[in-house]
Amino acid sequence: MTIALNVNGKVVSVNAEPDTPLLWVLRDELEMTGTKYGCGIAQCGACTVHADGQAIRSCITPISTVASAKITTIEGLGAAHPLQAAWVKHDVPQCGYCQSGQIMSAAALLAATPKPSDKDIDDAMTGNICRCGTYQRIRAAIKDAAGLEG
Amino acid sequence: MAKLNVSRRGFMVGAVMAGSSLLVGCSLGDIVGAGTHSKIGAFGPFIKIAQDGTVTVVSKHLEMGQGNHAGLAAIATEEMDADWSTVRVEQAPADSKHYANTMLGLQGTGGSNAISNSWMQLRKAGAGARAMFVLAAAQAWGVPAGEITVKDGIVAHASGKQAGFGELLPIAATLKPPADPPLKDQAKFTLVGTDRVRRKDSLAKSTGTARFTQDVHMPDMLVSVVAHAPLFGATVKSFDDSEARKISGVVDVIQIPTGVAVVAKDTYTAKRGRDALKVVWDDSKAEKRSSPDILAEYERIASGDAGKLKALKFETKGDPAKATGSNALTTTYDFPFLAHAAMEPMNCVAQVDGHGCKLTFASQIPSLDQINTALVVYTLPGAVEIETLFAGGSFGRRANPKSDYVMDSVHVAKKIGGGRPVKVVWTREDDMTAGYYRPMAHHAVSIKTDADGYPSLWTHRVVTQSVQKGVPGTPELDPATVEGVQGSPYLKATPIVDAAVYIPDTPITVQWFRSVGATHTAMVMEHTIDQLAISAGKDPVDYRRALYAKAGDAAARHLAVLNLAVEKSGYGTPLEAGWARGVAVHECFGSVIAQIAEVGMADGEPRVRRVVAAVDCGTAVAPNLVAAQMESAVCFGLSAALFGAITLRDGKVEQTNFDGYRVLRMNEAPKVETHILPSTNPPSGIGEPGTPLIAPAVANALLILTGKPTTSLPFVKA
Repeated sequence: MTIALNVNGKVVSVNAEPDTPLLWVLRDELEMTGTKYGCGIAQCGACTVHADGQAIRSCITPISTVASAKITTIEGLGAAHPLQAAWVKHDVPQCGYCQSGQIMSAAALLAATPKPSDKDIDDAMTGNICRCGTYQRIRAAIKDAAGLEG
Repeated sequence: MAKLNVSRRGFMVGAVMAGSSLLVGCSLGDIVGAGTHSKIGAFGPFIKIAQDGTVTVVSKHLEMGQGNHAGLAAIATEEMDADWSTVRVEQAPADSKHYANTMLGLQGTGGSNAISNSWMQLRKAGAGARAMFVLAAAQAWGVPAGEITVKDGIVAHASGKQAGFGELLPIAATLKPPADPPLKDQAKFTLVGTDRVRRKDSLAKSTGTARFTQDVHMPDMLVSVVAHAPLFGATVKSFDDSEARKISGVVDVIQIPTGVAVVAKDTYTAKRGRDALKVVWDDSKAEKRSSPDILAEYERIASGDAGKLKALKFETKGDPAKATGSNALTTTYDFPFLAHAAMEPMNCVAQVDGHGCKLTFASQIPSLDQINTALVVYTLPGAVEIETLFAGGSFGRRANPKSDYVMDSVHVAKKIGGGRPVKVVWTREDDMTAGYYRPMAHHAVSIKTDADGYPSLWTHRVVTQSVQKGVPGTPELDPATVEGVQGSPYLKATPIVDAAVYIPDTPITVQWFRSVGATHTAMVMEHTIDQLAISAGKDPVDYRRALYAKAGDAAARHLAVLNLAVEKSGYGTPLEAGWARGVAVHECFGSVIAQIAEVGMADGEPRVRRVVAAVDCGTAVAPNLVAAQMESAVCFGLSAALFGAITLRDGKVEQTNFDGYRVLRMNEAPKVETHILPSTNPPSGIGEPGTPLIAPAVANALLILTGKPTTSLPFVKA
């Protein structure tokens, strides 16, 4: 069936069953591949996007539940977000596969908590797995983007 | 290092012999490269120069996170005196004629040698290109070549004449590359060895635009998800695909050697189709044991009740019956299977049209992927085209000698035919339960010490599967089963050694895993040493220094990194109650590393807050990226040490996703401080060597905190 979604400020019409996870609609139907598949069960955070500014796991989010939400993906963040500049400055990515999700989680954190503590960062980022172990640089980059001392 | 390379080269040779009837006479790279249609430009296989003068360095190695694209490009840029800020990196095609790994003989990334095997090759390529531009300028300006300088991509003469590479390109491209161009004095490097060498892919990887296999979309592309056997060694007996075919968007259901593939218009539909299959498996030859059964068998084997299995001796010297001293330690260590669990599950896009085949994916050993594919589509390996993309991690998994996940896609695409692209996608569950694990390992160690507390007799038995099983050319004693015990300075310092490995076989598939044999041997050697030190009443650092002195030159680098780590970590100064420092030193892939970890307990689990690493990796081409690899390796090794375990119950893998296979997260990641020992030796490995030390460093700290030695990993039992 056809469902209308608001993705990155544009209304798009997608042809999918209502229980289809948002992740697969983004990736396969809209061909917006910045949002990644990592586990399919909300354990790794690679699929993180924003729904009305909240970080959600798109792999377990049926499209029917976000039909009225404003969805933002890594593509919608543009390339000029302070977090992205900080990510480049600190050379955060290694393989890079998890980083879209990391940045989307971090962006939701900074939007809600502009000056996060280490505990805030832990709480916001612990749902995002990085197998390359870039955690230390992610922390430094978040603090840098927030204008905090490392 | 040398031994390791010999063994891996042997493996490559064997794979080629096994994989085809092509024969020897020219180089392996030439043989496998036969049929390749690469176009090599005026500046050779590694350097391309655009009309506007932009320099592109071609990387023959897969970028899977290690940062090798930056390091490789920097080496050529240094000798060429190009402008680093505009240098680009491009991934080489599969072409072993031009892009063979000089240490492996074929094109492939592994053994932590991307930088080291390319070091002289890329220096010469850069220097050659530079010489061509100097000569071109000399011709154009009518001045002696010796008076011309090059800096940041600008060719200049004292007369005031200057030009960029682009302006001189029409002349330079007609010149012959010099066979042996003069190389720079390393002391005059301005890029290599500095923090200016940074990643070129950070922006793409921070904006979701870096291209991974999972992201490939092609016109008319199909997606396939495969039902694999739930038990190792099981095969398809029969299947009922009627429910799967009812799902709108399912295009076909195909039996392939590893199972049953559902082919659909998109990923989600393919997965739903796969889940609707009813497959009956023939498990008559399958592995049905549970992990404790296998462990019990390994213990029995190590105790000498080994049946037909041979005790393969290594490092053995002297007569144990003549050993003096007292029994100081008798212990065992157990290690579980480990899954690599790269963030991007295995996947590959294949297009097969008759005997033509193109693969688009993150190929780690293109030559083997070509050979394995050629055997399915009946063509020359070199004719199999591969476009290599970024890999979302590998940690050894994508270097599969049998190209297992690649073969899934080739078989499906062959059946679909017509060159229609098919992307085979493994789910996380498929990836985690598919095998090719770091093998289980059991070590039994018994040591006598002399009056001063140092080993007089070291008895060591290892039981573990071979990661090179079944590949012709693999020696009976696969060195990867014992590397790290073999070559240990502690054994050099011990007068009598009786060491042997038993290599059992099971249907459970195993493979190299970041740092390979060292994943278990470093833990065994380094934790054993601390137990010996404590029973001798000596400080573990002093005890190591004494053994390194006994081992002589072989341990000079060990001593140097240990001393550096001690200095930088504040070893010996008091920590607050509940915290202790653990030390480990290990050599692998040509590099020697010491790590000192600060460890406490939190919520009943070990917690590591700080790791100081001292690294001797020869010339550090990219110090910032060496540090990144140390951070990465510590996290990867700590994840495995704290939580990593794949276990079998009645043959079935119990962990299927990150809920059951716990991995390290942000709140558990330590701060890692990296200190690089200055060196002018050629570069050695850095992707893997930092991995295996954190387990023994934690175990050694826990020994101080709790008084209890560790006899099995992971530390946190499920």
